[in-house]
Parts: sequence; C-alpha cells; structure tokens
Amino acid sequence: MKQQLEEIEVKAKEALSLCEDSKILEELRVKFLGKKGELTGILKQMGKLSAEERPAMGQLANKVRQDLESMISEKQKQLHEKMVEKQIKAETLDITLPGKKRKLGGLHPMQIVEDEVREIFLGMGFEVADGPEVEYDYYNFEALNLPPDHPARDTQDTFYVTDNILLRTQTSSVQVHVMENKKPPIRVISPGSVYRSDAVDATHSPFFHQIEGLVVDKGITMADLKGTLDLLMKRLYGDECKIRLRPHHFPFTEPSAEVDVMCFNCHGKGCKVCKGEGYIELLGAGMVHPKVLEGCGIDSSVYSGFAFGLGLERIVMRRYNISDMRLLFENDLRFLSQFN
Amino acid sequence: MDLSMKWLADFIPRKFDVKEFCAAMTMSGSKVEEYRPEGADISNVVVGKILAKEKHENADALFVCQVDVAKEEPIQIVTNAKNVQVGDLVPVALDGAVLPEGKIKKCKMRGVPSFGMFCGLETLGLTEHDFPYADPDGVFVIKEDCKIGEDIHTAIGLDDTTVEFEITSNRPDCLSVLGLAREASATFNIPLEYKKPVFEGLDEDINMQLKIDVENKEKCPHYTAGIVKGVKIGPSPRWMRERLRASGVRPINNLVDITNYVMLEYGQPMHAFDKRYVEGGHIVVRNAEKGEKITTLDGVERELSEEMLIIADEKKPIAVAGVMGGEFSGIMDDTTEVVFESAYFEPVQVRRTAKKLGMRTEASARYDKGLDPTSQKTILERAFELVEMLGAGTPVKSIIDVDNNTAKPSEVEFDPDWINNFLGTDISREEQVKYLESLEFKVEGNKVIAPSYRIDIEWKADIAEEVARLYGYDKIPSTIIKGVANAKLTEEQKFTRKLRNTMTALGYYGILTYTFVSPKYFDKINLPKDSKLRNTITIMNPLGEDTSVMRTTTLPSMLEILSVNHNNRNASARLFEISKEYIPTEEGKLPEEPLRLTLGMYGDDADFFEIKGAAEEILEEAGIYDYEIVRMNETDAFEEKSAFHPGRSAAVLKNGKAIGYFGEIHPSVQKTYGFDTKVYAAKFNIPEMMEESVSEKVYEELPKFPATTRDLSLICDESLPVGKIQEAIKSAAGKILEEVQLFDVYQGKQIEAGKKSVSYSVKLRSKESTLTDEQADSTMKKILKALSAIGAELRQ
Repeated sequence: MKQQLEEIEVKAKEALSLCEDSKILEELRVKFLGKKGELTGILKQMGKLSAEERPAMGQLANKVRQDLESMISEKQKQLHEKMVEKQIKAETLDITLPGKKRKLGGLHPMQIVEDEVREIFLGMGFEVADGPEVEYDYYNFEALNLPPDHPARDTQDTFYVTDNILLRTQTSSVQVHVMENKKPPIRVISPGSVYRSDAVDATHSPFFHQIEGLVVDKGITMADLKGTLDLLMKRLYGDECKIRLRPHHFPFTEPSAEVDVMCFNCHGKGCKVCKGEGYIELLGAGMVHPKVLEGCGIDSSVYSGFAFGLGLERIVMRRYNISDMRLLFENDLRFLSQFN
Repeated sequence: MDLSMKWLADFIPRKFDVKEFCAAMTMSGSKVEEYRPEGADISNVVVGKILAKEKHENADALFVCQVDVAKEEPIQIVTNAKNVQVGDLVPVALDGAVLPEGKIKKCKMRGVPSFGMFCGLETLGLTEHDFPYADPDGVFVIKEDCKIGEDIHTAIGLDDTTVEFEITSNRPDCLSVLGLAREASATFNIPLEYKKPVFEGLDEDINMQLKIDVENKEKCPHYTAGIVKGVKIGPSPRWMRERLRASGVRPINNLVDITNYVMLEYGQPMHAFDKRYVEGGHIVVRNAEKGEKITTLDGVERELSEEMLIIADEKKPIAVAGVMGGEFSGIMDDTTEVVFESAYFEPVQVRRTAKKLGMRTEASARYDKGLDPTSQKTILERAFELVEMLGAGTPVKSIIDVDNNTAKPSEVEFDPDWINNFLGTDISREEQVKYLESLEFKVEGNKVIAPSYRIDIEWKADIAEEVARLYGYDKIPSTIIKGVANAKLTEEQKFTRKLRNTMTALGYYGILTYTFVSPKYFDKINLPKDSKLRNTITIMNPLGEDTSVMRTTTLPSMLEILSVNHNNRNASARLFEISKEYIPTEEGKLPEEPLRLTLGMYGDDADFFEIKGAAEEILEEAGIYDYEIVRMNETDAFEEKSAFHPGRSAAVLKNGKAIGYFGEIHPSVQKTYGFDTKVYAAKFNIPEMMEESVSEKVYEELPKFPATTRDLSLICDESLPVGKIQEAIKSAAGKILEEVQLFDVYQGKQIEAGKKSVSYSVKLRSKESTLTDEQADSTMKKILKALSAIGAELRQ
C-alpha cells in the first residue's frame, strides 16, 4: 500500500508539472483527489489494514493528499497569473489615442471676467444692482450733476430716443436708482451695457460694458476708495499689481481720480505698451459729489461715499491679450472656445 | 491745450526737465497728454553763408555753391534754387542730416559732388506764417540775428517745447498760459511772476468816440472796450510768432496775433472790430431780432433768433456774442482804427447759441465753460500793452468798462478736520492752508475764498480736492471699508447663473451681441408687416441704419451670429445668449427690458429633437414641470413663429404664460441668412420662467418594494401624437405609475398604411407593498381601455 501511495504521488507530480491549462488541472484534481479519485480509492482500502499498520499508513496517505493539494493550488495560482498576464498583454492600448469627451460649452470671455469681478465684490459685501439701459436723461445726466447745458456732456456722445430719453452712456445712472431706493449703508456694483456714439474700430464700440461701484455710509473716506480699488486690482491681476490715483474731473464725484495700473509689460519703467508712461489708465473714480447725495435724498453732512466705474472690455482685452475689440462682438466659435 | 514752455518761463522763471515737469503736473491734476520738442525730427542742420555761386557745367537748372558753415573749409553744395545769392544766410542740411522727409547724404549731381542741401520752410516743417518775409517756394533765406554754423533750432527759434494738456471741463481757467503757470507755481512751490499790464495811451476821452449800451446785462454782465488808432497792420515779431506756433495757432498779422496771444495767455477770447464798420460808433449788446441775419467771418450767412445775444451797431449785428464776428467788421489790410472788445458772456447762452448755429468755435468753446467775470479790463490792458510793444498802433488811454457783474468769488467753509476725515488723511491745518494759498485761495478763519477765476469751487468737497491733489493722491493711505456688510445674490441673478451653467454643461458657448439692430432684421425673419415687434424704441441719431432700433426680439441677433460662424466655415455651432429685449410701453415712458435666453445651433447632426432635448433640460433645471407643448403656429404666444418651420417648431406654455419656443428655422429664412444646412433656435422668457419655477427640492424615500415592468406595443393612426398616448397612460395608471418610457415608433412592413406602431415600457410600483400580478394586470387593463378610447389598440 505504501508503494501504491508513493507511485500515485510520483505520477501526480509528474502530471502536474506538465500541466499548462486550468481545465486539465481540474481534471487532474478530480483524477487524484476527487471522490472517485485514485487516492480516495486507496484510502478506502485502509479498512483492510491491521490496527498497527493503520496509523502509519493513514499518516502517509494524508501527507500525500496535502502535498498534492498544495501543489494543485500552487499550480492554479500560477496558471491564473499567466492568464491575467496574457489578458493584460492582449488588452494593452495606445494611450495616446484621443479620449472620449462629452462636449462642454463655455462662457463668453466678457462673462467670465464679469463673474470674477462680481465674486470679488460679493466677497467684500457688495450687492449687484441692475438698471435700465434705455434711461431718462435725469438718471444718466441731471442727477449726476450734469445739467442740460453742462460742457462735460460733450465728451459723451449720446444716443437719444426722445429729447428726454436716451441710451445710458454710463452705468453711473444706476447709482441714482440705488440711492433713491435704499438707505445707507450702501455697497453695490452694477455691471451693464452702455452706449456712446463712437464709430467701431479696434478699440471703440458704440455698445460696450461698464461695472459701476458705489459705497455710501457714515465715515467713508477716499482712503477706503483707494483700498477697495487696490484690493480689486490685486485680485484681478495678482498681488504684485500696483495702482496709481491721479486727479481728474467727473461732475458726479469730488475729489475725482483716474486710476492707472502699473504697466504689466515694463513694471513702471515705460515702454511701448504704456506709451512710455509706466502706467495704463483703467478706470475713473471719486468721492460721491455732495450734490448727487443730496439730490437722492441722502444727507451729505452725515454720509459720504465713493463711486467708481470700470470699462469691462478694457479689462478683458488686457487679461487675454486681445488687441481688437471687434472680436468680442463677432462671436466666432474659434474665438469663443479659447477661454474655458 | 498746447503750452509753450518758453512762454511759461515768463511767469515761472525756471528751467524744467520736461519729463519731470509733465509727471509732476499730471499728478497735481493737470494731465499731460504728451510733449513735443520743436524740430525734434531735424538734426545736423546749420546756418550757412553762401560764398560763391556758379552755374553747373552740365545742367542749366543747377548751381554749384561754396558755403561757409564755420568749418575749416567751405563746403560745396549743388542746388536748383534760384532765390539764393552770394552773401545769403541759409539753412544747410549737412551730410548725415535728418529732416522730416528723410536723411541727407553727400552725392554727385550731374557729376559734381554735393555735400548737403539747402532747406526751404516746408522742409523744416514751417510755413510762410512763421517767417512772412521768406519765399515759400524757394530756399529759406534767413534774416535773423544768428551766427554762421549755428544750429538751426536756436538760429530761428525752433527750440521751444510744446506740452499738450488735457484740460477737464471744470477748469477752463487752465486753458491759458497764465492758468497753467498758476498750477505750476503751486505744484513746484515757485512764486508766480506776474506783472499787471501797463500802457501809455493817447490822452483822449473815449466817450466822445465810442458809445456802449449793454441791453442784456444778465447775459453780458461785463463788457469792456477800447480804441486803437493809427493802426499799422504788419507781421508780428518773431517771438510772438514762435509762441503762437508752439501753441498751435497760425500767425496772421500783428493785430489778429495780439488778440490770439492774449486769448492764449489769459484764456479769454477777444474781438477786434474795424471801427469804420461800427456804424454810429455805437455798440449795442442785445438779443437778436426775429429774422435778423449776419454773415460771419467764415463767409456764411446765418439767421439769428431772438434768444441769441449779439453785438450790434446802430443798424446791424456785427458779431454773435462769444461765438464769431461778422465778415465785414474784421481787420483788413487798410484798417486804421480798431475797437477792441473784452467781455464776459454767460456760458449757457454762448453754448446754446453756438449749438443752434452749428458753429463751435475756439471762442465759444472757452466762453461756454465759464471764465473769470472780473478780469475783462486787465485783459484789454494787456492787449494795449502789446499794441504799444509791437508798435501796431496807439491805444486811447481811457477804456469803457460796463461792469454789471454781481457774482462774488466762492466762499466755502474751511474745516481741516472734516477734510482729513473725508480723505482718510492726517494733514495739519497749516499744511492745508499752505496748499490753498499756493493756489491763490484766501483762508479767513473757518472760511476759504476762491480766486475769481475758480468758478468750479462750490462745496467743502471741492476744497478737499484742492488739498488732496497738492498733498498728493499717492500719499493718501489705502484702507478697508469699515462696518459689516451682508450681500447676497438676487433671485434673478441666481436663476441666470443656473441657466448659464446649464448651457455650458449642454455644450453651448455664450455670445454677446449688439442690442441695437437694423429694422431690416424684421424682414429677414419674415415678420408680418403689422407685427407688434416692429414697434421699436428708435434712436434719433444712430450711427447708421444697422444700429438704429433697439431689438424687440433676440432671435435675429442669434441668427446673424450663427450665419457669421457658418460663413467663417465653422462646421457646427451651439450658441446661447442671456440678454435683453426692449419692448416699448407708453409714449414718453421707458420700455420694458425683459431678459431672454436664446439658443441657436447648426451642424453636427443637429435636429429638432436635439433642440427639444436642450429645451427640456433647461426647463427641468429651471424647475418648470407639467408644461404644455403646442405647435408654434397654433398659438399667438410668439410673433417669431414666422421665422420657424410650421411643422417643426413648438411653443412651451405654462398656466397660459408664454415660457418659450424651440424648433427648426423656416427654410426660406435659412436661405435668407445664407445657410446650406438646417438651423435650429430656441428662446425662453426668463421672467415668465421664474414665475413658474419650483425651486424647492424635497427628498423622496428610496423605494422599498420591487417594481413591475410591462411593455406595451400599440397600433394607432399615424397622426395621433405620442404625447396624447403618454397622457392617456399617465392618467389611467394613477399613482402606481412610476415611469413611462417610449422606446420605439415604427411604420413600414407589417404595419397597415396610415398607421404606426408605438411601443412603451411601463414601470409600476407601489410604496406600500410588492405589487401582485393581479394589481398590475388590472392597471394595465385600465391603461388599455383609456388608450382604446383615443384610438390606440394593443398590437396583436
């Protein structure tokens, strides 16, 4: 019997070592270890053995069984690994082939930058107000200290609908609506379309966009205006961005300032981009004129405020290095798809 | 305003570095646009003396000259100029010289070497007005006090620098040399050197020779006039011509130049009348009479109206006050006696008159901003001082001064603490006073009095600006606004943001279009002639017809952009815009400006169901459910139905409100826009959408019990819309219907002509328990009964 066991072990080991297929492996397992397998056959004969022989033979038989079992499981593992390896090889792809994409659209660059400015101001506690584009003369001019014969009206070539109704030339008109409808503290911005009768060229359009800002409260100072604009420009253009306020005149602010940013190209030294000035004019600002406050029913001896207006096209063109404003309104997809 | 730096030096005797001067003036409030050194594009041109002049041996029209240019040897120059003689001083462009027209190099002319070129006025960028004695067509023969070999810039006074300022409308006083000198004085802290003008004059009584009546004192509060006798018209001296040139004014003759010179120096226009044409020696400042006419200096006859202020003699108007003089009253070559006028006219009056006559002149542009109402006499005296200086005539010593000016210099409260609180600064009272006094303000206790020429000063804030700009805007600190603020987006802002996000997720790109359009756009979308959309807000003064009306529909703007993309050979496009329409309301009232979401697309297998799919996604994102979809041409909800394919377009309605539309553009409209592919568009009314939007979301428990799914294959008339079938299933199944999905529509083999097969998958589920077969069967029976009622039978 011992001899039989040893023969089975040798035979099985040989067969296993030659096996290269998991199906054949399973057949071998059944052949040797299955219910009707060879080893089981021998074990069934154990009963015929004497009581002295039985323990030793039993031990031997178990050892053979364990050996074969572990060999088979080892072989199974090997075969599985081989199979996976083969599968991986077969499935290996050219990973430089293009990916499958879901087509996303995108926002217009003007919208992207407007959203950014809105977000910056929302973070500073500014609400966003809207106002009519077709507007009464009063809101666009008169309430902003630009009475009918004011010479500064000349600089804003206005489209008129009637003698009294016009296309707003500035988002400053919204200032008046806001102050008429809301008591201080006021912190608002108002982005929107404005109109001036300028012929179309690379830097002009009769239809363009501004973002107006207005703050009115007790104790608002010109230093606050400077701080607010400084923060805006740093958020828009990075921490190294520097601004410069320069005296100017707007009828609805006093003192008034034009705000320049340090030239991005030469960092203030003067170059072609900034025409040698080192700074580029970006927006107008100032302390809200007491006449304007009073006209909107706000006591100028108690409250003060500042306002500013920036041209969105100018900021967008600078941001993306767009040299021709007409591209913004042509809406060619090859242009539109570059900003998202 | 062009400022001559040489002229400025009369008042501020300092040699400035121009660049530093410009930077400092800009930062103190007088913005410099640019500065231009005269003759900057000319170099290596010197004064030469012609020593010899001989005929060229090979050319009759050429001469060979030997010219002394103060070098070791005279140089040889070949010229075709006929007007030069031996002994003449001429500008010589040496070998290597730069001129506005290019570089000069030595060369051979018909075999004879030439080492330079003689220059004419034009070559040096000058005209005969600058040097009236010079032959404008020949070489410039210099008759100035200069040295041989001297650089041409200094030799003929081409060495000034012009600084161009942008003067804002509140500072008309700075439209003058004196005004800018005052600013420079304050900016650089240098005292202004100003001398009151003096003149000797003829000791005669002017009242015997001239009578002035100011009838409209309100519009002409200050009028002064004087007489110059024995006038000798001739060119003015070089220094005056130089300064006029540097200021951008053409020299004409001594008298005209004096009026211009004084205007540039003081900022106030003057007028000179030939006394011969002042009939009766009597000047009346009055309003024009109806129908009165005047031929102005420019030779145009103009009809005046009653609200216009004129200067008249006893019979006729001789000038439009502050705007322009009459043709025959001006200075002629044979003028011998002149009346000088120096007046202050009320700005709005001048502005309106100039506008109405359509003639904005240099004079009116100054008057209409407002001038110093007190300086008229001084200005007249300055003119007479110059008349004497130039020997242009003899002024009569006495002057007529009709001064009805009641305006007092502005007096404003001076509160240094308020100024600091307003600016966010800490500037001492002394320092503030110093700044104000440097600008000729007077501080008296808690009052500050503005100089008479500062008509812009009215409020405390104006004083704060004066202090701030001299203190330096750059020294004002940057601070963060104090106080708490609480900002949030409005419902509309949130809603449009959501729509934008939806559109980009759906693959659409945002566009931005002009809101004013051509009225022809309405024809392009086939809009009926009587459509209410043709009633527009119309611009009175448009740039052109293309941008003359405010759009009442966004659809054509979208179609234009689609067509631009198509023409630019972009194979496909998916575009959207959130923008306004402008719908007129009542006459004299503002229009409504409702927001619209507009979609457009073509290419990339675009079809009706893609635009419908997009519409459905948008409506779902917008929180609009249970809406009605009807054929666009079966409702009056949208006028733009004329632009759509009647069989492939739909309107979305909810509770009777027009929510939006979508569909295929009408074949003929596609053709109008030049498409060779199908185009689809949609529009949604944002305010109506917001009204119908359900934004609250509530969690619904996940199902605990399994669902039962049954498929239904139906046969019906091909004309029966599947929407009807779906409605029937929904209402028959009741609450346990979870989902009904169309999965096939078929016509063809095995289906009778005129019929179609429609297949649905119906998912039923109860929240209370697992559905039994009996329950499901009974529901299906109800469904089939309802379907049968609308003509859809189970396919056998």
